[in-house]
Amino acid sequence: MIMKMFNRLSSFPKGGVHPQDFKLSANRPIEFLPPPKTVTIPVSQHFGAPAIPIVKTGDKVKIGQVIAKADGFMSTNIHATVSGIVLRIEKCMDVSGYKRLAVVIDSQGEEWLEGVDLSRNFKADIVLTASEIIKKVQQDGLAGLGGATFPLHVKLSPPKGKQAEILLINGVECEPYLTADHRLMLEKGPEIMVGIKILMKALDVRKALIGIEANKIDAIEHLSKLAKDFHNIDVIALQVKYPQGAEKQLVEAMIGRQVPIGGLPIDVGCVVQNVGTAFAVYESIQKNKPLIERVVTVAGESLKRSSNFLVRLGTPISYLIEIAGGLPEDTGKIISGGPMMGKALNTPEVPVVKGTSGILVLSRSFSKRDPVLPCIRCARCVSHCPLGLEPYLLMNLVGKAMYEEAEQEMIMNCCECGSCAYVCPAKRPLLDSIRLGKSFIAQQRKERVKP
Amino acid sequence: MTNQKLTVSLPPHVYDHASVRKVMFDVLIALSPALLWSIYVFGIHALRVVLLGVSSCVIFEYLLQRYVLKVASSIDDGSAAVTGLLLAFNLPSNIPSWMVVVGCFFAIAVAKMTFGGLGNNPFNPALIGRVFLFVSFPVAMTSWPTPFVDRWQFVDAVTQATPLSIVKEGLRNGAPISGLIEKIPSNFDLFIGNRGGCIGEVSVLLLILGGLYLLYRKVISWQIPVSMIGAIFVFAGILRVSNPNACMTPLFQVLTGGVFLGAIYMATDMVTSPMMPWGMIIFGALIGVLTVIIRVFGAYPEGVSFAILIMNAFVPLIDKFTKPKKYGKVKNV
Amino acid sequence: MMYTVIVSVFLLSLTGILSGVILYFVAKKFQISEDPRIDAVEAVLPGVNCGGCGYPGCRKFAEACVLAKNLDNLFCPVGGNKGMIEVSKILGLDVAEKEPKVAVVRCNGSLKNRPRINEYDGEAQCKIVHNLYTGETGCSYGCLGFADCVRACKFDAITINKETLLPVVDEKKCVACGACVKACPRHLIELRYQGKDNQRVFVSCSNPEKGSIARKNCSAACIGCGKCFKACAFDAIKIGENLAYIDFKKCTLCRKCVSQCPTGAIHEVNFKLASDNQVQETKVNV
Repeated sequence: MIMKMFNRLSSFPKGGVHPQDFKLSANRPIEFLPPPKTVTIPVSQHFGAPAIPIVKTGDKVKIGQVIAKADGFMSTNIHATVSGIVLRIEKCMDVSGYKRLAVVIDSQGEEWLEGVDLSRNFKADIVLTASEIIKKVQQDGLAGLGGATFPLHVKLSPPKGKQAEILLINGVECEPYLTADHRLMLEKGPEIMVGIKILMKALDVRKALIGIEANKIDAIEHLSKLAKDFHNIDVIALQVKYPQGAEKQLVEAMIGRQVPIGGLPIDVGCVVQNVGTAFAVYESIQKNKPLIERVVTVAGESLKRSSNFLVRLGTPISYLIEIAGGLPEDTGKIISGGPMMGKALNTPEVPVVKGTSGILVLSRSFSKRDPVLPCIRCARCVSHCPLGLEPYLLMNLVGKAMYEEAEQEMIMNCCECGSCAYVCPAKRPLLDSIRLGKSFIAQQRKERVKP
Repeated sequence: MTNQKLTVSLPPHVYDHASVRKVMFDVLIALSPALLWSIYVFGIHALRVVLLGVSSCVIFEYLLQRYVLKVASSIDDGSAAVTGLLLAFNLPSNIPSWMVVVGCFFAIAVAKMTFGGLGNNPFNPALIGRVFLFVSFPVAMTSWPTPFVDRWQFVDAVTQATPLSIVKEGLRNGAPISGLIEKIPSNFDLFIGNRGGCIGEVSVLLLILGGLYLLYRKVISWQIPVSMIGAIFVFAGILRVSNPNACMTPLFQVLTGGVFLGAIYMATDMVTSPMMPWGMIIFGALIGVLTVIIRVFGAYPEGVSFAILIMNAFVPLIDKFTKPKKYGKVKNV
Repeated sequence: MMYTVIVSVFLLSLTGILSGVILYFVAKKFQISEDPRIDAVEAVLPGVNCGGCGYPGCRKFAEACVLAKNLDNLFCPVGGNKGMIEVSKILGLDVAEKEPKVAVVRCNGSLKNRPRINEYDGEAQCKIVHNLYTGETGCSYGCLGFADCVRACKFDAITINKETLLPVVDEKKCVACGACVKACPRHLIELRYQGKDNQRVFVSCSNPEKGSIARKNCSAACIGCGKCFKACAFDAIKIGENLAYIDFKKCTLCRKCVSQCPTGAIHEVNFKLASDNQVQETKVNV
């Protein structure tokens, strides 16, 4: 069985790196974390316009109640994740590194909004139509839980003329340390399958593929067995390589097509969704439950209990770390996300949001960057870039402020996976420069359009 | 909770274990078998030249960086030591010490520091040093000691011509190839190192061993050595077939001179070679062709150093035309 | 032998003369006729090409001057008023004397006032850090200290003080070209009048957060209490979002606001100390 799987392993053809797995919490089942006394729910947890608060200080709210309405199409609703009283609506520090508007709720009791199905019944039949599904996920504030937090209803409504042929489910979790998706696939397999079916109905596609990296053999076996009962859903084992889970690389690995420059996966007839999103879709459509919680991995070599928690959105990260054994003495960095693309936090007093897939605690010895040496033109960055870019050249151009040339070298194509900086023997801050260049060029592009 | 401050930085937050120092160290390790054999063949003078070469390069780099450029010294990245060793490998072991020091100075100060230090030099510094010495002191650079003679004493070496110079001189005097073959070592001797020449070029076998180590450690890739040696073999073969009386066999061409030293250690220098695999193949092949042209049609018996330096100048052009394919530029079926 | 010499000399001379004639005619044919005044104006300009005038280089500024009807909107900050007088003499136009300006850094967040609560590791550029997060302190609006302004200055007029970690402007060298203003991603630097006797008063804080929050992160922040506004008899101060601002065009340097400020956010520069008659460099709370 394993040999058969390894013979079938596909991957994206170019580049990629093999960081160590560190899947410290792979065997820890998901634990539900009761919410703390206060939750801070930012109104901007998604890609697009921040939601606009519709409650005010002193209001009583129930779990699942809408507290901020989506601002336009490219936006999502924000729901209360605890029941209680709204303490204040003000700017609070969040994972973005800056203070942004959030609703702070004092938790009292566990009162759910009417209509939410809290039973443990497994519902396999899908009653809603495609357009009803899309409307419901929009109401329930669903966004991509892989980290990009793209509003789900937007992804499920392709622009006119573009039809999806296949749904790709991202169960790859290629970042080291993160195990949230892995545990979700093991423990909520049937629900994920139904979620996938719902998505297929919404997109009107006949086929779905679930991609899982080969280091999660138990998940592959489990979902393959379940998939037998659902025709047109197949599981594909993928080679363990970073960034296998990046959208463009996943599409190429699973269906062999390249997303054109400046395009989206829908341009090659597919839509990519994370397994966590599929599960959230099940909860929304079958259980009438808005997006109010998610699975978060808390891991670190020095952490006493690296675990996977089911966390209400708005829970401060410091609370998660406390439950996982407390912040170790030798902590150097706290990271939201994985170690390759995650954001280093300036304080642990920031809330968990829709895009928080994991919290890492790195020790001091891991946290200091090595001194930067000049580029020795070894071309490791070029050979490991999955998108065919030349990071050493881009850093050079950005350093000389030659932004037009950098744009011609397709710097805007960069998915910021960090493979280049990972392999560089001279420890050059390649990704720092590329991000700086991208922000400059984005600014220039905006100004070009202005009259 | 800890009282220490958190560190904030851009991702990625983990790194591979590669470092410049490891790369340079790997090169030094790869060259050690050849070095030990050289000391066995040439004795104490080889040790003298190598130690002098490595220490001069390191000292010059340190002095230039600290006192002339007034920046922090970077001798701990190991690149100066590698330049010194490679330069020493390109010299005959009976060269006067002061010439070694002058050559090292030129290699570090002119070929490396004036362009901006590590990573910015367009030409291989060790080869620039060697060529500088060759052009400035042609007699000292073209008299090689007899191998296995007077190895452990500091006496003036007895000299003997190398196989390549025997062939060149012989052809110039009109002798046929068949007559010259008796005067040069057999191909087997050339391969294992029972011969004279510059310090680093004698044992092809040990050089290949070092090369395999570098391939395993991913310091070099196979494209340049294979294309360069292959091009020499093929081109020399064509010339040999067209005129057997005036050209040596391809195997001879490949085993003599600094072909393996140049192919595995000098042409593959990361800073002065192309970035992409196809570029490396073109680079290596053209070096090979140029080497044979210089050897057969040119005035010098040996052409590897010049060929590599000439092609170093073309590297930016080669890089420009062998850019990697960008994702997303394909037309989907 | 003589024959060779004569022929060589003759041929070379012929080549030289022919080349000279061809070059003369080509130069004449392709000559661009420019107003000679442009060269004259360019000659009196400093030639630094700093862009402070708003034009790409001194030559373009010279062209603009020659083409302009009046010199009201044209000012070279490096040459200053003296320079513009020279230009006006060449062009025969009037020029109004402009009040000289100097760059002013409006942040009080020194190491003493604003503790560092985390450590940034990586490429030390203000632009990068500003895009990433609030910075090494709790104030999202204050100086990051990674010296983008220092690198932008072509006149060596701004440096980072090693004790306070804030930029310090050398008013003797600063020509108010505006490069540092553009370089600062937090827009902390402002070009203000140099002031009579080189004295000026300004609010050295750019934080619009509520006073209690601002003060928690920096002890010398402006809390927007409004005491300065009440004290000013010349209507030179306006209070924006929890932040005071002194209009340098209206300020008469009476300094009543300075004594009223509870946090020391308002700076007075180059005033004599009341006690001894020595001119202090700056009275700042850093």
